[in-house]
Amino acid sequence: MGSSTDWGLAISVFVAAIVEMVEALTIVLAMGMTRSWKSTLYGVGTALVALTGFTAVTGYALANWLPRSSLQLVIGVLLLIFGLQWLKKAILRSAGRKAMHDEARIYQNKVNAAAAAGDKVRFGLDWFSFVVSFKGTFLEGVEVVFIVITFGLNANNMPVAIMGAVAAVVVVLLAAIVIHAPLTKVPENTLKFGVGLLLTTFGTFWAVEGLGALTPSHTSLEWVMSDLVLLPILAGWVLLSAILVKILKVPADQVPVIEIIQPVSVREEA
Amino acid sequence: MKFIKGFFHFWYDFIIGDDWKIAVSVLIPLVVGAGFVLNGFEDSLLLPPILAVALAASFVVALSIDVKQHPSD
Repeated sequence: MGSSTDWGLAISVFVAAIVEMVEALTIVLAMGMTRSWKSTLYGVGTALVALTGFTAVTGYALANWLPRSSLQLVIGVLLLIFGLQWLKKAILRSAGRKAMHDEARIYQNKVNAAAAAGDKVRFGLDWFSFVVSFKGTFLEGVEVVFIVITFGLNANNMPVAIMGAVAAVVVVLLAAIVIHAPLTKVPENTLKFGVGLLLTTFGTFWAVEGLGALTPSHTSLEWVMSDLVLLPILAGWVLLSAILVKILKVPADQVPVIEIIQPVSVREEA
Repeated sequence: MKFIKGFFHFWYDFIIGDDWKIAVSVLIPLVVGAGFVLNGFEDSLLLPPILAVALAASFVVALSIDVKQHPSD
């Protein structure tokens, strides 16, 4: 790994994976610390096995069955939808119209939900913590897998994309072991803004190129300036986002906050 | 049946998420672009930048509708 493209690829995947890992970690910590570490870790382990199978099948299918232009169209559309959803939330948060993503409050809500849940036991496991940690890990993991596969395939460098994601997993796990609490200091909203812009930029580029799949020759459409056009596309999305944040800005005292949901027993006592 | 329902529910949640307007805002400009490509405009160097601007405009419309429906969450 040495070229600036390789570094850009690794950093993009690393940042995206950090955001997803922090969210999964919050769920896992809430279940492990309040219910059962054994059932939670079984949930995480089962999700990792399912993710491995999903990655192998999806990666093979995308790389071998689809012509390049169709691949660009499919992943371009997916990246655009994911990227614009992140961008929309980041714009609304920066404008003060949506509560900031707060890991401490989300953690507390998960803890309260865990306290209020029943004690159903299946296969010798606390079923609530198993299912919640499985779902949390699998859902966040699938997003990382999609990002790794799409960036890796299009940059023709899957090992670097995988290294970026693995590095993120290691960093977040190490941080979690050291801090032993939800990672509230990670500037998640800023990272999400950046990742949203990145996904949207690449999504725009590939989705438009991929429309060439509809031509008889299945040749990708051509952008003026070829790959270099990514820079003006990124600049355009950054500018549009900044304008939207400015237009939609609300006074600081009207900014909503994430409400902490109390378990039934606590609500009754309050 | 429950498994199939759950399977589709999972993928709908994963891809479309909590705001279907974003997915629609992506699909409309691309369907229009597909129309141009199918009608012989595939070699036009103007088509990609026009579609990029259309995607941005479509996103602004989707966001505006969302802000009108939910002034703040």
